Amino acid sequence: MNSAVKVYNVKKYFKKTGKLIEALKGVSFEIKRGEIYGLLGPNGSGKSTLIRLMSTLLYPDCGRIEIFSHDVFEDENIVKRMINRVSVEASFFMKLSAIENLRYACGIYGLPFGKSKEHISNMLEQVGIPKNRFNDPLENFSRGMQQKVAISRAFLTAPVLMLLDEPTTGLDPKAKREVQSMVKDIVREHDATVLLTTHDMEEAEKLCDRISIIHHGKIVAEGTPENLKERYSAQTLEDVFLEAIGVKFEEADEDE
Amino acid sequence: MNKGDILKEFYAGLAVVIRNFDLVKRYWKWEIVFFAYTIANTVTMGFVGKSMGGGNRTILYMIIGATMWSYLSVLFEVLAETVAWERWEGTIEYTFMSPMKRITHLLGTCGFAIVYGMLRTFLLFIIVAPLFGINLGSMNVSATLMVLAIASISFTGFGMMGAVLPLISPEKGVQVVHIFQAFILMISGVYYSVNVMPKWMETLSYFSPATYALEAMRKTVLNGEGIWSIMDKLAPMALMGMLFLPLGLFIFKWGERFSKRKGFLKRNG
Ligand SMILES: Nc1ncnc2c1ncn2[C@@H]1O[C@H](COP(=O)(O)OP(=O)(O)O)[C@@H](O)[C@H]1O
Ligand SMILES: [Mg+2]
Repeated sequence: MNSAVKVYNVKKYFKKTGKLIEALKGVSFEIKRGEIYGLLGPNGSGKSTLIRLMSTLLYPDCGRIEIFSHDVFEDENIVKRMINRVSVEASFFMKLSAIENLRYACGIYGLPFGKSKEHISNMLEQVGIPKNRFNDPLENFSRGMQQKVAISRAFLTAPVLMLLDEPTTGLDPKAKREVQSMVKDIVREHDATVLLTTHDMEEAEKLCDRISIIHHGKIVAEGTPENLKERYSAQTLEDVFLEAIGVKFEEADEDE
Repeated sequence: MNKGDILKEFYAGLAVVIRNFDLVKRYWKWEIVFFAYTIANTVTMGFVGKSMGGGNRTILYMIIGATMWSYLSVLFEVLAETVAWERWEGTIEYTFMSPMKRITHLLGTCGFAIVYGMLRTFLLFIIVAPLFGINLGSMNVSATLMVLAIASISFTGFGMMGAVLPLISPEKGVQVVHIFQAFILMISGVYYSVNVMPKWMETLSYFSPATYALEAMRKTVLNGEGIWSIMDKLAPMALMGMLFLPLGLFIFKWGERFSKRKGFLKRNG
């Protein structure tokens, strides 16, 4: 068994103020074990919807997702133990400290605090949170630091599939580089498979083994960064996008 | 479930309790605000009782109403706002993604609500009682605790059913929960006997566990009646608890599936 993730013809619709939104219009792809797979697309193209479907937070209207051969919807509880996620927003109890937040995050996965305590401080140190800030409310942390705590939260439960939903969006360039290299290191160390969504071309190229380009809820191109550029005789992924979609990436955002 | 799984659920439930106490600690200024409000309300009701004449008994009648209502409100609100609170904090998806079973999540929340509510009520009573020179001489302690325990179970079930509303309606759910709570306050005879209400309202009152809790509490505290003589209050309350708790869980799980189909768990991002 070589596949970590199989997505078959997944469709998801929403109703928003009476209007039907087709967030995913039949998406299929496969991620191999140990791969860092990039989902590259403008705002509103359906990236987060796909991540939520894989995280058991949304149910599809059509299609199937398998994670390490387990159907996400039938084996929800098995899948939940195999995945974790980092999203754009830090999603913490902002008044609580890093330790308090992570203690809760480990606890709900069934890890007793006595056992996870050391694990938590090691992980926080590894992502570069100074020891004297461990007990500060997270609201006093910079976005970059919050995102690093979010990364530790995700890896603390030792997931085999890591879902990274625009983990660097909104970070300053320095924090962005730090988070990117952290992702690379920790992934290697934990031997995890990664699905990374981004609308940062450079990031996709830097981190991902393979990339698919998603637009209007459909995958329009897939391949390694090199073979995408080759296929569209393009210099950069921006050009690949322009060729594949016919619109410039910066102009392709779908949310008003 | 094997022993390891049960242990995992136990730690998960404990984590929910601890996280809630962490929040109480970090939001301590708000705790003081709400507690001051509860004290003022209870003291007011004590004076209403005093002004009616009748001494210790009427004062206690009103204070039992105020303290019990504050306790039951805590249970109901903590449960009913589980979803709304985490949605506001932005953590809801992480809690719902975790392998913790929903029953563990909700029972953990109940556990917190009961301990927190009891501590708060105890503190409230210690502060308010001296002001009125309250005499608890005739209270039947064990029967009173029994009333509290059974009332807690059926009210947390109530709260679970309330919690589903914010889940299926992110916009209006919380408002409806508060309207429902106000309605329970009105029909349950918190500050008066239910038979002063029009017949149809009195009939409604028998569907509220709070009605039985208050009537039972007044009997055990004011008259010192024992468990056997308040059986007619305990039994319906226990029955409602046995009904509401599983029903609350069932409805909550249904609401969870509904909101995952519709994309209501969380809207943005
Ligand atoms: N829970 C939801 N309810 C209603 N509409 C949604 C919901 N989630 C996403 N959408 C809509 O679906 C489309 C895809 O959104 P999303 O998956 O968040 O895109 P991306 O992550 O690529 O920016 C957008 O038009 C968005 O407004
Ligand atoms: Mg997104």
